[in-house]
Amino acid sequence: MTVAPYRSRLREGPYGFADLLHAEWTKFRTVRGWVIAVAVAALAIVAFALAPGQQGSCNTAGCTVPKGPGGEEVSDGFYFVHQPLAGNGSITARITSLTGQIPVPAQGTAMRAGLVPWAKAGIIIKASTTPGSAYAAMMVTGSHGVRMQYDFTQDLPGLVGAVSATSPRWLRLTRSGDTITGYDSADGTHWAKVGTATLAGLPQAAQVGLFTTSPQYLQTSLGEASVSGGPSVATGVFDRVSLTWPSRAWAGGNLGGGGGGPGNTGFSQAAGTFTITGSGDIAPAVSGGGGVGVTVAQTLVGTFAGLIVLAVVGAMFMTAEYRRRLIRVTLTAAPRRGPVLAAKAVVVGAVTFAAGLVSAAIAVVLGQRILRGNGAYVYPASALTQVRVIAGTAAVLAVTTVIALAIGTILRRGAGAVAVVVVVIVLPYLFTVAAPILPASPAGWLLRVTPAAAFAVQQTLIQYPQVTNTYTAAYGYYPLPPWAGLAVLCTWAALALGLGVFLLRRRDA
Amino acid sequence: MSHAARPGTHRANLRDAQYALHGEWTKTRTAGGTIWLLLAVIAATVAVAAAVAAATRCPATGCGQDPAKVSLSGIDLGQAVVTILAALAIGGEYGTGMIQVTLTAMPRRTTMLAAKAAILTGLVLMAGTVAVLGSLLAGRLILPAHGFTPAHGYPLLSLADRPYLRAAAGSVLYLGLIGLLGLGIATAIRDSAVAIGVVLGLLYLFPVVAAAVSNPHWQRHLEQIAPMSAGLAIQATTGLRGMPISPWAGLGVLAAWAAGAMLVGGLLLRFRDA
Repeated sequence: MTVAPYRSRLREGPYGFADLLHAEWTKFRTVRGWVIAVAVAALAIVAFALAPGQQGSCNTAGCTVPKGPGGEEVSDGFYFVHQPLAGNGSITARITSLTGQIPVPAQGTAMRAGLVPWAKAGIIIKASTTPGSAYAAMMVTGSHGVRMQYDFTQDLPGLVGAVSATSPRWLRLTRSGDTITGYDSADGTHWAKVGTATLAGLPQAAQVGLFTTSPQYLQTSLGEASVSGGPSVATGVFDRVSLTWPSRAWAGGNLGGGGGGPGNTGFSQAAGTFTITGSGDIAPAVSGGGGVGVTVAQTLVGTFAGLIVLAVVGAMFMTAEYRRRLIRVTLTAAPRRGPVLAAKAVVVGAVTFAAGLVSAAIAVVLGQRILRGNGAYVYPASALTQVRVIAGTAAVLAVTTVIALAIGTILRRGAGAVAVVVVVIVLPYLFTVAAPILPASPAGWLLRVTPAAAFAVQQTLIQYPQVTNTYTAAYGYYPLPPWAGLAVLCTWAALALGLGVFLLRRRDA
Repeated sequence: MSHAARPGTHRANLRDAQYALHGEWTKTRTAGGTIWLLLAVIAATVAVAAAVAAATRCPATGCGQDPAKVSLSGIDLGQAVVTILAALAIGGEYGTGMIQVTLTAMPRRTTMLAAKAAILTGLVLMAGTVAVLGSLLAGRLILPAHGFTPAHGYPLLSLADRPYLRAAAGSVLYLGLIGLLGLGIATAIRDSAVAIGVVLGLLYLFPVVAAAVSNPHWQRHLEQIAPMSAGLAIQATTGLRGMPISPWAGLGVLAAWAAGAMLVGGLLLRFRDA
């Protein structure tokens, strides 16, 4: 009599990667604490977006920031001495002086002599007197020489050096249809072309004239990244103004409310000399010390709370195996140790990415609505940018969890692993963004090389060299572009995983 | 077994406390990680302090920087190591199951926790003193070359200066209180990894959230109640008037957090099965 020996109905080994994934997923799914922790992380991200504490002075209809021809938010405030002129022609003027006044820090409305770097005085051809309308201008600036600027975002250099009575600057703009060409000269006889602008749809009768403006004065205290300053004014002196059009009377006025500057703007005209005082800026609007409003990243403050919770989960996904000696069972069933760690990374990364994606999407969509409802000005971001911010945030959460898993493998102790992960990602952010103690340059390096570089995926702002602003992380400007910042985090994850696999294979379990 | 003193008397309590202290000291002394973590507290604090001091410049026009804060910025990292030390002091026992032996040998749980707290605080204060003195020395050596000179209105860092003394002594106390906060939370949670996550979240999240809040009223309140922001107010030597909370009151806020954590931890330890 023969009895058939017992055979397990499970498939014979060796097991493939899919089996490892299934095993690790089963482990993750069945530990209630980990599932709850992932849910808590997701809820924290949403909760911080919905929490109050962010208010602004915009009314419920929203703030009115003018939009430029490209659809971007712009500042468009200056003192404009102009007349409507139809058809082709050109305007020439000589500028003999550009002076200004800047506020004295911490002394109320007191002003002292001084010129901000991007104070502007020059000639302009503008579609209309509506803020945000298309324009092309030639100008002298506070400390950036002669520039040709058009349609807010474009900026071309001309003659270098400051303007003075002994070293005046001649400027000319020539219109031919939609095309405007800018020239500059130091003597009025030798002219050099600075650039050509094509202003699509420039009306037949455009506003042509002289302008002066002066942007916000900013003084940043090193390190503390605290910003003080206020509106400044500039005064430009023009003469030898000539038009090839038949000239009519000049009209003067502040465009765009004069940029909120001191009230002493205006112009005087005597014996062909125009003295124009203006305040404001003709430039892209910026967030931060020199600007207003918040960005989409504001809705994702909870990322940090989520990160800390997920770092605990990631570390314990490995260290719990050591603590409960489950690692011996795991490695007996799957003796190839590299794939075991890989399977764990895939499972924990996928779960946290999914949780991050859902919670970040809710936070960004609802958070913006709440911010606007509270009267805060939120810089609009395109749908694609918002998708990048959401997916990027989910990726930051997932990759950080994988780093925690790898460090848990290296240290085999949950306590140390959690502390290391929280410190390497939160502390650089704290030193440079949240409570900045470092000056801008070392802070920039910290945000290039540490895992905190990854928060660049949440930035939505563009830096404009022609606008003075505090382009530091504290105001949402990161030194690396979004995906490069995420790549830094991924590099750290790869290094940690590599070391983890190396040690896992080399050490006794 | 002879009972020299009847249970419940003053003498018996004293004897229990002695036993508990002796037992905890032996465990702490012989645990492999303790000495390394204490050295790590010192190394991390001084290294970050030196790096931040080396990166900071103060031009002749002024910089609004507080040299004491710059020199003591390493505490931001040192406290993370103190948290590990504190969480492992009790979380390690839960991890290995040692806690059952400990509580069998010393059934008075509150006494056991108090002994742990005393040993931990003593060690952290010692390491903290070395770390703070090292940081101030680094600041004193590095900062004058970077514009923090008496000519710019920054006298040399010296403990003879009362504000600097307050910043230095307060930073040592800060680390001690962080240790107690960590011990209390770890006692309540019974898992060192989760406890470290909770403590570091409590410390680091408040400043991150406060920075993101633009409403100055809310921001001020957050900085008044946050254990780290309020506690580190003790490091300020300049601009005291503009601060959301005064130095000693700030340290008091952290002390309240630590006391609350120890109370909750102690009550849970006493009334829960181990």
